[in-house]
Amino acid sequence: MTRPGRTDPSIIRNFCIIAHIDHGKSTLADRMLQLTKLVDDRSMRAQYLDRMDIERERGITIKSQAVRMPWDVNGETHVLNMIDTPGHVDFTYEVSRSLQACEGAILLVDAAQGIEAQTLANLYLALAADLTIIPVLNKIDLPGANPEKYAAEIAGIIGCDESEVLRVSGKTGVGVPELLDAVVERIPAPTGRADAPARALIFDSVYDTYRGVVTYVRVVDGELRNRDRILMMSTTAQHELLEVGVISPEPVKSDAIGVGEVGYLITGVKDVRQSRVGDTVTTAARPATEDLGGYQPPNPMVYAGLYPIDGDDFSELREALDKLQLNDAALTYEPETSGALGFGFRVGFLGLLHMEIVRERLEREFNLDLISTAPNVVYRVRMEDGSEHTVTNPSEYPAGKIDEVYEPVVRATILAPSDYIGTILELCQNRRGIQLGLDYLSADRVEIRYTLPLAEIVFDFFDQLKSRTKGYASLDYEPDGEAAADLVKVDILLHGDPVDAFSAIVHRDKAYNYGLEMASKLKELIPRQQFEVPIQAAIGSRVIARETIRAMRKDVLSKCYGGDISRKRKLLEKQKEGKKRMKMVGRVEVPQEAFVAALSTSEPTKRD
Amino acid sequence: MPSQLPDGEPVPADGALPAGVRLDGPLSLYVHVPFCRTRCGYCDFNTYTPSELGGMSTDAYLEAALRELDLARRVVGGADVSTIFFGGGTPTMLPARQLAGFLEAIADRFHLVDGAEVTTEANPDSVDADYFRTLRSAGFTRISLGFQSAVPHVLDVLERTHTPDRGLHAARWAADAGFEHVSLDLIYGTPGESLADWQRSLDAVTSTPVDHVSAYSLIVEPGTRLAMQVRRGLVGMPDEDDLADKYLVADEFLAAQGFANYEVSNWARPGGECRHNLAYWRGGDWWGIGPGAHSHVDGVRFWNRKHPAAYAERILAGESPAQGRERLTPEDRRVERVLLELRLAEGLPLDVLTESERARVPDVAAAGWGLVRDGRLTLTQAGRLMADGIVRDLLD
Repeated sequence: MTRPGRTDPSIIRNFCIIAHIDHGKSTLADRMLQLTKLVDDRSMRAQYLDRMDIERERGITIKSQAVRMPWDVNGETHVLNMIDTPGHVDFTYEVSRSLQACEGAILLVDAAQGIEAQTLANLYLALAADLTIIPVLNKIDLPGANPEKYAAEIAGIIGCDESEVLRVSGKTGVGVPELLDAVVERIPAPTGRADAPARALIFDSVYDTYRGVVTYVRVVDGELRNRDRILMMSTTAQHELLEVGVISPEPVKSDAIGVGEVGYLITGVKDVRQSRVGDTVTTAARPATEDLGGYQPPNPMVYAGLYPIDGDDFSELREALDKLQLNDAALTYEPETSGALGFGFRVGFLGLLHMEIVRERLEREFNLDLISTAPNVVYRVRMEDGSEHTVTNPSEYPAGKIDEVYEPVVRATILAPSDYIGTILELCQNRRGIQLGLDYLSADRVEIRYTLPLAEIVFDFFDQLKSRTKGYASLDYEPDGEAAADLVKVDILLHGDPVDAFSAIVHRDKAYNYGLEMASKLKELIPRQQFEVPIQAAIGSRVIARETIRAMRKDVLSKCYGGDISRKRKLLEKQKEGKKRMKMVGRVEVPQEAFVAALSTSEPTKRD
Repeated sequence: MPSQLPDGEPVPADGALPAGVRLDGPLSLYVHVPFCRTRCGYCDFNTYTPSELGGMSTDAYLEAALRELDLARRVVGGADVSTIFFGGGTPTMLPARQLAGFLEAIADRFHLVDGAEVTTEANPDSVDADYFRTLRSAGFTRISLGFQSAVPHVLDVLERTHTPDRGLHAARWAADAGFEHVSLDLIYGTPGESLADWQRSLDAVTSTPVDHVSAYSLIVEPGTRLAMQVRRGLVGMPDEDDLADKYLVADEFLAAQGFANYEVSNWARPGGECRHNLAYWRGGDWWGIGPGAHSHVDGVRFWNRKHPAAYAERILAGESPAQGRERLTPEDRRVERVLLELRLAEGLPLDVLTESERARVPDVAAAGWGLVRDGRLTLTQAGRLMADGIVRDLLD
């Protein structure tokens, strides 16, 4: 029986696809939907699984979904659940939960490019989760494809025979039926106790305007039935199941979902934080005693101030963040005030991509014009008196005697052609990295491992890496605790008054460069005032760099005939209006645009 | 005459002023002559070369201007006229006898007071000694010559057609013709003009028998050929520091030569001040005759249609050629007093300011930009260079 809720676990195969951005995961998934007749050619929307516009444009998948597909092997119909995984480093935890919901994974690698660092990292996660790996080279139809070379590389990494590496083209469909056969043949069926109390793993949770939160689960034990009262084991919150079903590829209601099945739950809750990825769902009537393990609350790694360019949009920004949070349990924010930028929010993100996505959604879906401060990581500052401060905003950096400052560090893995070893090592050393190892994946590709401060990665590490390696290097990293570092807070002072939006916590060796760069940038952007304005960069009370905006020497229109008078009065009125919109830093009038420009170009590339 | 006209409310066909609005002193008359032989590259004034006029003759223009004079007479009555100013354009494109005739027409319709100031602007290229003699005997009292610079390469950039010598000769011809008041206009900050070039122009001007000098910084007005050249990078944008330096050089030099600054951009020997311009700056009443000309009577400001043909069509149809007008509120008039009178050496009476504005006067003084004397705020040399900012900061 293949009906949801009555499916024999022995015919179920749960798998995901591990792939790098643009290695063709979505195209392959589309092809599978067509081959299994879930989507006909005509209604085929390119890359069916990526729902959001932003995902489509960027060619990445942010939120995973699960599709149930029938597939016949040897006359027997099997149920394949394809669980889509996010492919970016910011979402490692979500990837790990998706993997946890599977028994196997397709390792999809571009036959012209070979494996990339994030793919490798996710492969290691899959191996650690004991998944069966089906290695696949994609895009074999491309002229630049080199399947022999990369099959050998993959075989070397996962320890299989080169002949076990399948070769497909998601674009033409070549090899895809064989791949689906291999999924059935190689990946083990799920096992679980049908008579035990229900336990299901939440691997995704999505807010839908009409349905409320849609929770995606993999049932491990027992079953979840329509109208059950379910219990979230981490929060002990209870909800009534209003709907249970599977995605195939549109939602299909069912009475229940049972052992090994993948499906969705709707309870009517409106906020994804009540249905958290990694949590275990059981029933209130017969609760399980032990959860499935591995749950972690989301932990923001990167913070930035987000401000509406038009101060009147503050409440719109708050509403927009409230709405986004319904769909993004990892998003945290609290209001903050900046002397330079007005009222805004300090927002916590999983990482840089997460930050970009949130910002773009705020601007696109909510039509807001935003300015963002430079992102920063979370610092732990221990004072000589033994007290401790957690700093998520440089302007909160404590004054007084500091004993030690700790910053988060990551274990970074870089895969690149061996030609670039020198320049990559140089970059990592410049960024205060500690080398952990260097291994050849094949004759001309290396894996380089480093411990690096997250702050350095947040800055512009990836851009630098890409430009130094002509785009060939890939990067992955995972949090690796914290380390003490010689960090200082650099303030930027305008006519003696600090401009909070430009304060930064940087390594002492780079403080001068940061200060000089900000000072010279502001010098260009801030119009001359009636008096000379020094721009200083300072660590505490010590000035480390200085620029000067010379005083304006002429502020008068020389002509004033009879016919000019009305025009002159109206110009004056306009200028007075403009003056009201100026931000005052002490006595200095700064146009908002100057701050905006200084911050938006503050993803500088010349800090080294 | 700036080429851009403000928005405003419509003016009745008979040109009548709103009820209760009347002259409260002598009237000044401005006559705009919108013709030039060629257009200079920096100029955005309301003026036209013969080819731009589409066949409209100077006679047709004069006919229309006379009709407007009649209209002015009907609207404000046979007022006392204390100053008359022919500007342009190039008034001296008209034969001297036509200018003289127009002055006569004014005198027929209004009461020219004793000692009235009658000025015409003049282009050195379009005048000679005879021309000035004719004007002088017709009753003109003052000549304002567009000289701009004594340096050929500067005149080239400005696209002025006259040579420096011609301008200097013209000033002497005017003096020889019996004009007691002669003014030369200068422009500083032209791309390529050095400080030494500027000094040469100042030297040249003061070597002639003039009693008045105007010096304006070059403004790159949008829509001019100069603006296009700047945009294309053919010439540099005037530099504000350079303009400030040249202003200071001019002010020091002219003062040493006996010319006192009496308005931001104007200097005169004692008694040489342009009373017509002072009337503008002191909030006086004036009627502007001609295309695009502005008028002001008792807080009502109106302005004529810009193009000579449109202007003439209206006036010949017996209607007011005004395109719009605005009525200044008492606060508008107060603000205008502040921004105009602070430009004058005589300064602004402190009682024009509100209490909170007066409280900011010490800041102006402390910055070295102003002096308070006899209940008036006057700007210093440094203050004149910052006048617009001072007004912005001072006003509530």
